[in-house]
Amino acid sequence: MKALCWQGVNELTVERVPDPRILNAQDAIVKVLLTTTCGSDLHLLGGYIPSMRAGDVIGHEFLGQIVEVGSEVRRHKVDDRVVVCSIIGCGRCWHCEHDMWSLCENSNVKPALTEMMWGSDPAGIFGYSHALGGYRGSHAEYVRVPFVDYGAFSVPDGVDDMNALFASDAAPTGWMGADLGGVRPGDVVAVWGCGGVGQMAARAAILLGADRVIAIDKYPERLAMTERHIGAETIDYTRTDVIAELKERTGGRGPDVCIEAVGLEADATGPQRVYDKAKQRLGLELDRPFAVREAVYACRKGGSVFVLGVFAGLVDKFPLGAIMNKGLTLRGAQQHGQRYIPRLLDLMDKGELRTAHLATHTMTLDEAPRGYDLFKNKKDGCVRAVFRPWA
Amino acid sequence: MNRAVLGAVTVGGIGVGVTRWLTSRRTKARAVREAGRWMMVTINRDPDEVVPDGRLPEPLARLGDTIEVQVREAPGGRGTELGARPLRPVPAGVGEVLARLEGEDPRQAVRRALRQAKCLIETGEVLRPDEQPDRPTPTGRIVDLAAQRAGGEGRL
Ligand SMILES: NC(=O)c1ccc[n+]([C@@H]2O[C@H](COP(=O)([O-])OP(=O)(O)OC[C@H]3O[C@@H](n4cnc5c(N)ncnc54)[C@H](O)[C@@H]3O)[C@@H](O)[C@H]2O)c1
Ligand SMILES: [Zn+2]
Ligand SMILES: [Zn+2]
Repeated sequence: MKALCWQGVNELTVERVPDPRILNAQDAIVKVLLTTTCGSDLHLLGGYIPSMRAGDVIGHEFLGQIVEVGSEVRRHKVDDRVVVCSIIGCGRCWHCEHDMWSLCENSNVKPALTEMMWGSDPAGIFGYSHALGGYRGSHAEYVRVPFVDYGAFSVPDGVDDMNALFASDAAPTGWMGADLGGVRPGDVVAVWGCGGVGQMAARAAILLGADRVIAIDKYPERLAMTERHIGAETIDYTRTDVIAELKERTGGRGPDVCIEAVGLEADATGPQRVYDKAKQRLGLELDRPFAVREAVYACRKGGSVFVLGVFAGLVDKFPLGAIMNKGLTLRGAQQHGQRYIPRLLDLMDKGELRTAHLATHTMTLDEAPRGYDLFKNKKDGCVRAVFRPWA
Repeated sequence: MNRAVLGAVTVGGIGVGVTRWLTSRRTKARAVREAGRWMMVTINRDPDEVVPDGRLPEPLARLGDTIEVQVREAPGGRGTELGARPLRPVPAGVGEVLARLEGEDPRQAVRRALRQAKCLIETGEVLRPDEQPDRPTPTGRIVDLAAQRAGGEGRL
């Protein structure tokens, strides 16, 4: 079959690779109908996530049709139209049972690297390096889905493919940020980043009853899209002092909940941009935490900061003093999609959550390297490039 | 094995069935105290499902009398803490590094078996890694080696 393979830093090619096979009785093979770029892939492309191997198939946010099931699959059958969570969860370990699916104890079959890096191993993720299980990704004609009874969700008839696609990753990630960030009715919520994830976090905050939601980015088309499709206010961080602006808009308090949806390749203005970029190049610092730092300073006393952006290792100049003295709660996670996807599909069915606008570019799998160039460099207003392997 | 009974006999950290299973190896066990730390996993099931009638889960049973095992109820309703360690002496220093690279440190097999036992008991099967397209490159080989060993490495 055809697949998009990582070959090295900033190098992607479309290759012929063997078709996936059922390897476990609880597996299914899914024919991929739609599969999309995610900000997390950019960290793979940039070489920030260790343990990629040339030839690895990337991609983890996808929708398709089941074409084969293992002998122990109970909840799905051939021909089901499903959206699949980017995170693989077994459904029966302690963390899965407690709805913390990205902490699944059985789905990362290569746990050593992350145990060394982080102290223990989180769940496996499709197409996201050998540190996170070495699973082949979804930018392919077919993909093997382990524990399919838990990770795949039938799409309601009333929801079209392009909306349902983002129930795989962007929408549940954003929802988790707002939910576990503790958004309550009446809150003011700030979201850093207006990519797919930030927009979904902003929408979730609104649906959870936030009084005001303020989203921050620099790309005019992303800011405009967030105002128009999500219904949030925005700030262009290149035109103003974000912390001062947030204070002014929140009666001097700062936002109650701050959601960071930027990640380790954050951009910044001012001296920290030069300082952290240089340290990252030299390998002295692994990640650039600009948006997290800003969120911590901006957050109201006693508020909460949720880190949705992906970080791999160590950061420098981290304002621990502000966290301690302002009584902040700091949390983060890879998404617990299985916990939220049924509710999100339901909201889509009711028309309360729309995501199709994120798909600014649609193309074949052969064009995927160009899709990543558009997405990575934010060219031509690209927010998500969606590939159709069977077009 | 009844849960209450097991709770009572695990004071020393060893379940009834497994204690019996271990007695014959007590001498050996003493000789290799250096085998060191127990490697532990917590399994989200009651002890009587983890070691029914004292029988070890398949992946550990396969290691036969090369290991010793302990079983105890986990606190807070988290299931069972299952531990194992090799009975034969484990390499140290440079020998350890070499043995691990070769995949011959006995702890690697024990770690892998513990993880497999957990997956088997919790999900009904041992999850298999995806097949890799076969095109080794120099850096790919390092990743391959690390990945192959990954089931038997880590902090566990
Ligand atoms: N936690 C999870 O499970 C999960 C899931 C999906 C994605 N992610 C992560 O979320 C992050 C965002 O993903 P995405 O797909 O939306 O990516 P994206 O690249 O489309 O969007 C990131 C946005 O952040 C903006 N940005 C950069 N620096 C900023 C700053 N200092 N302040 C405000 N905005 C800034 C960029 O302009 C860009 O629009 C990535 O790190 C990704 O890895 C996490
Ligand atoms: Zn993603
Ligand atoms: Zn699990």
